[in-house]
Amino acid sequence: MTDQTTNSIAFVADGNIPQSPPPARETGVVKWMRENLFSSWANSLLTIVAGLVIYMVLSGALPWMWNGVWTTSSLSECREVLAGEVGGCFSVLSERWNQLLFGFQYPQDQYWRPTLAFVLLFIAGAPVLFFDLPRKMLAFTAVYPFLAFYLIWGGTIMAPIVAFLGMGAAAFVFQTYGKGSFALGFFGAIVAAFAVWIIGGALIPEGASETAMLQAVPSRDLGGFMLNLMLGVTCVSLSVPLGIALALGRQSDMPLIKWICIIFIEFVRGVPLITLLFVASVMLSYFFPPDSTVDLFLRVVIMITMFSAAYIAEVIRGGLAALPKGQYEAADSLGLDYPQAMRLIILPQALKISIPGIVNVAVGLFKDTTLVSVISMFDLVGMIRGPILASTEWAGVYWELLGAAAILFFIVCYGISQYSQWLERRLATDHR
Amino acid sequence: MSDLAIEREIDRTKMSVSDEVAIQITGMNKWYGQFHVLRDINLTVNRGERIVIAGPSGSGKSTMIRCLNALEEHQEGQIIVDGTELTSDLKNIDKIRSEVGMCFQHFNLFPHLTILENCTLAPIWVRKMPKKEAEDLAMHFLEKVKIPDQANKYPGMLSGGQQQRVAIARSLCMKPRIMLFDEPTSALDPEMIKEVLDTMIELAEEGMTMLCVTHEMGFARQVANRVIFMADGQIVEQNEPEEFFNNPQSDRTKQFLSQILGH
Ligand SMILES: Nc1ncnc2c1ncn2[C@@H]1O[C@H](COP(=O)(O)OP(=O)(O)OP(=O)(O)O)[C@@H](O)[C@H]1O
Ligand SMILES: [Mg+2]
Repeated sequence: MTDQTTNSIAFVADGNIPQSPPPARETGVVKWMRENLFSSWANSLLTIVAGLVIYMVLSGALPWMWNGVWTTSSLSECREVLAGEVGGCFSVLSERWNQLLFGFQYPQDQYWRPTLAFVLLFIAGAPVLFFDLPRKMLAFTAVYPFLAFYLIWGGTIMAPIVAFLGMGAAAFVFQTYGKGSFALGFFGAIVAAFAVWIIGGALIPEGASETAMLQAVPSRDLGGFMLNLMLGVTCVSLSVPLGIALALGRQSDMPLIKWICIIFIEFVRGVPLITLLFVASVMLSYFFPPDSTVDLFLRVVIMITMFSAAYIAEVIRGGLAALPKGQYEAADSLGLDYPQAMRLIILPQALKISIPGIVNVAVGLFKDTTLVSVISMFDLVGMIRGPILASTEWAGVYWELLGAAAILFFIVCYGISQYSQWLERRLATDHR
Repeated sequence: MSDLAIEREIDRTKMSVSDEVAIQITGMNKWYGQFHVLRDINLTVNRGERIVIAGPSGSGKSTMIRCLNALEEHQEGQIIVDGTELTSDLKNIDKIRSEVGMCFQHFNLFPHLTILENCTLAPIWVRKMPKKEAEDLAMHFLEKVKIPDQANKYPGMLSGGQQQRVAIARSLCMKPRIMLFDEPTSALDPEMIKEVLDTMIELAEEGMTMLCVTHEMGFARQVANRVIFMADGQIVEQNEPEEFFNNPQSDRTKQFLSQILGH
């Protein structure tokens, strides 16, 4: 190199040779296909087979969707319009859309109430899911369950207010006494909440629901996709904290707590959910005071929550086990007490590790809410299998209805999955 | 292992030892199941002492200093740290832990928190210090260990030596009266060992009471005022560094020194 530059320079180009375009096989689509689809004969074969499969599926599905009929009011009418051609009878969706969403008994002039609750859900959920948002928004999140309850079930406004006051009393007791002794704060909070609920419940006048501003809607009138969403949101948000408590309890040094948690987890995991749901629908009332009629919705929520909490507890236990012992020791050596160490050091890391597992359980739970159709609750699947397919107008329209149900569930589950991936990226701080 | 040359003149003016007792261990025994790890340990540490604990692997050095802040439980004997006796009483344990700082071989920084948050966490939650004040304090100690510019990074982005210095700063933020080190440099490369040892020397110069398990004999020679040699769960020998290195008494010690000094 040095020789050439210092002396004996025979020829030096005195201008740039203009760039010429690369040959066609090195650019764009052709290059991409050659590299990705036809790089070897095996790859080429797979490409061709896959292409055929895609063609077959699309050639069946596309005309069916394209020719779909959206405006008839029964299956026979739809068949007439189609006159033997391939096409879907999507008019069942447009005609029964409200039933698919809200069930067939929710008063039609009140549809705005669950819709409003659904919209507000996003505002309430935002500060929990996206923790960069201002913490003040959590105030609305705290009120939301009671507001949503009032919107969906209606009746006397006293009921959610009493429920809210009970929770407020519990929080207050825990704040004041929980610092001294965790057990005192914890059980004190439970007692305070029940005291407020019982006294408050007794104060609500008989028949207040009949004259209420919002018409009361009993639980058995809830249905459709709304019911799936309600069960999914309620059970996920209850089972994550319960699962954390169970996972920590399982690690506890106190034998009694440890054994209660282990037995609970192992028992609930060992029983099919559908069994628990049957228990909820027929037997659970034995466990409540004889004259109380505990709502079916509540019983189902309890069962699904227990079921998924057991799974989430095991997922979180995996996360806890994955943390190096040094993290506990560092927290201890700084003088943090057990609740502080857990809340500030251990759980943030263990939960981060557990996100994929928790999301897995959450997605599964949401889809499992369709199981309530077997205990004669009319959720989305229950509506399809029951009132809609049993009607004279729409008997026999399977693909369109079940396809629509699949799409609705897919949208929600895909959303959850995307959120969890965002969350994992957002929390990635260790660049090891 | 190496006799790391500590270039700087060490300022011994403040490194005086007072008569006040900082730690007193009497007749301590500890078992892991059937295994008798610590046998009849007796040790008194005065305020301002710098003690280096040496000994072969598995001799119970870590176990002993971890007993001092109750990371391990002892079954027999008495440990009094800073006037408080270590019992199973959680109040005493928490009190002692907030007075005693500890640095680990693997740093044990909290990877989900920034360097600054690592340092402010304990002052805020244990000392109930306002956030602003805790941050000022943390920056003060981060400057002291010479990494204030890394304050907003996460531990995973720092080198080993920097992480260990953060760990020291994190302990210092609790204004401890005693510092325990368990092989703070043995997971580090030579250049990083030096920066961590420099930080520890500065601490010693300010009169901190230190107990340090280490194989850095250069550090022991120049900073320690007493070297303790442990083997098989016992304190076999203790002496001033000069005496300890030049005139070891027991055969166990001689054997160990010949191995560790590499001849
Ligand atoms: N949790 C435990 N259960 C049972 N035995 C243990 C436990 N921790 C340590 N030991 C044993 O106790 C002995 C002392 O361990 P310790 O960690 O104190 O040694 P050390 O002197 O620090 O050694 P090193 O220089 O390798 O760190 C070892 O024989 C070890 O195997
Ligand atoms: Mg050790």
